[in-house]
Amino acid sequence: MTVVREADAPPAAPLPRPGRGGGGGPVGSGVWPYLLIAPAILGMLYLLAYPLVRTVLISLQDFQLRQLIQGDARFVGLRNYETLLTDAQFWQVVRRTFLFMAVNVSLIMLLATLVALVIERLGRVGRIAVLSALVLTWAMPVIAATTVFQWLFHSEFGIVNWALQQLGFTSFDRYPWFAHGTAAFTILVVLIVWQSVPFAAITLYSALVTVPTELYESARIDGASARRIFRAITFPIIRPIFMLVFSLEVIWTFKAFVQIWVMTNGGPGDATTILPVYAVQTALSSQRYDLGSAASMVTVLMLAGVLVFYFRQMFRQEGEAL
Amino acid sequence: MSVPRGVTVSTARLRLRRMPLHIAAAVIVVVCLFPVYWMVATAFKPNRDIQSDSPQLLPRTWTLDHFRAAVDADGFGLFWRNSIFVTLAAVLLSLLVALGASFAVARMRWRGRRQFMLMVFIAQMAPWEALIIPVYIISRDTDMLDRLPTLTLVYFMMTLPFTIVVLRGFIAAIPPELEEAAQVDGCTRLSAFRHIAFPLLAPGLMATSLFGYITAWNEFTYANFLIIKHQDSRTLPVWLSSFQNVFGTDWGATMAASTLFALPALAVFLLLQRHVTAGFAAGAIKG
Repeated sequence: MTVVREADAPPAAPLPRPGRGGGGGPVGSGVWPYLLIAPAILGMLYLLAYPLVRTVLISLQDFQLRQLIQGDARFVGLRNYETLLTDAQFWQVVRRTFLFMAVNVSLIMLLATLVALVIERLGRVGRIAVLSALVLTWAMPVIAATTVFQWLFHSEFGIVNWALQQLGFTSFDRYPWFAHGTAAFTILVVLIVWQSVPFAAITLYSALVTVPTELYESARIDGASARRIFRAITFPIIRPIFMLVFSLEVIWTFKAFVQIWVMTNGGPGDATTILPVYAVQTALSSQRYDLGSAASMVTVLMLAGVLVFYFRQMFRQEGEAL
Repeated sequence: MSVPRGVTVSTARLRLRRMPLHIAAAVIVVVCLFPVYWMVATAFKPNRDIQSDSPQLLPRTWTLDHFRAAVDADGFGLFWRNSIFVTLAAVLLSLLVALGASFAVARMRWRGRRQFMLMVFIAQMAPWEALIIPVYIISRDTDMLDRLPTLTLVYFMMTLPFTIVVLRGFIAAIPPELEEAAQVDGCTRLSAFRHIAFPLLAPGLMATSLFGYITAWNEFTYANFLIIKHQDSRTLPVWLSSFQNVFGTDWGATMAASTLFALPALAVFLLLQRHVTAGFAAGAIKG
């Protein structure tokens, strides 16, 4: 439990440094610290806090194309939320978002754990080979990867259809992946899993390395099976980092936008429309900025639930005085 | 030199036992690299090989035509310049602002320090996808729509929290006694920091600027929705996403363009991967 133990015992309270600032309490240094953080604060206020407040306001207004141009938006209370929450299509999007997230995150965590376990058992050369491959995949820009996947799954000349045919699945001759909802959904899952596993696997691998080998040795002497060793020793130790990666992946797949927008634009129909895509479509394509903002706020609130979890994990790990 | 029999037998057995492991490793490498490889391979193939019923794993004949088509495409140079400008400006701004803030957090005691860091942690998880509408409206109201500095500011803010968190960790790890000694020797606080601590910060600066570089270089959503009328201000990701319309179904040129776009990211990432992982360990994971 090295990770946790280190965090549990930080050097007590931050000691006032000799020759500076003076005695206890957060005093000293005058205005300098405030001058140094001022640009960061300004940036956060102007580009994060203010837009967030604006989103809340717009979501409470009647704000369509006319109001965007003339700026005479009027407050309508919770009407937009009411419209949204009573719309069957919106709930379908919410359900799809959670399905998309659940499928992606389960696959990512499962595969990443397996990959990390493989890397740990490999020799030096193999380990470097796999880690380099993972890093290259990780570094592949999202747009480039999305374009490549469109090419891989191209109905006529795509290598996936060709390979499936060679394997005897003749029904895949010119199979139009992007014309079928489930097929398009599947490609997006494959793409996002392919892009996300490297980060998760490398991080989990770095956690696996911290497990003391003596624990494994004694377990093996006791005759424990590999699965039992993983359940009883390995997993409890990497759990904090596992949970962190897990919550990060939940957040990231919940916010997935670019891949979907570029590859399917939410279609065919709305088969791949998840919340962020829905919000942008409603706001920027249908010019219902008010409904779009409300959808964004719903997304933010749902994410906030995950964030609370994330922060609890983070602070438990960080432990030290900020 | 003859090897004792028993040893060879047991190594052979060990090798056999490790077979599944090596197969798994090979599968991981192939699955990871195949899409990247297929992109590059397609970019070098002549059209008749791209549009053939039996794809070739290796190009039979190599051609640079697709790269030429991509480079000659309308605005290619311009969009590269835009992307480089936006990326560099955002990274530099973010480093500069974060360096000051993280120094204040790591080295000075002041009221509100904890609250500031909490704010940074929260900002790190900002739902950028949800803020596009107000940012669009604010940019329009301040006459900043269709302009590259807008993107610079947004990317600066996207990378700032991570940069502060990581640099704070690196600065805190440098013993302040080093600087104090320099100050005793007559340096000012600033020059003590510059000469003593700054060189020790190099890995942290590298990790964070790489993170900023990747973020800004790849960002699509804001570049797509904030640059509308003035097409000359577009960045590479947006250009690449519109490629299929520009070129019809010229997959060779599309893959060549994707390769050119991905290359800087792949190269830099591979070169500095150790710093990235260290940076992520210090930043994304711990906070």
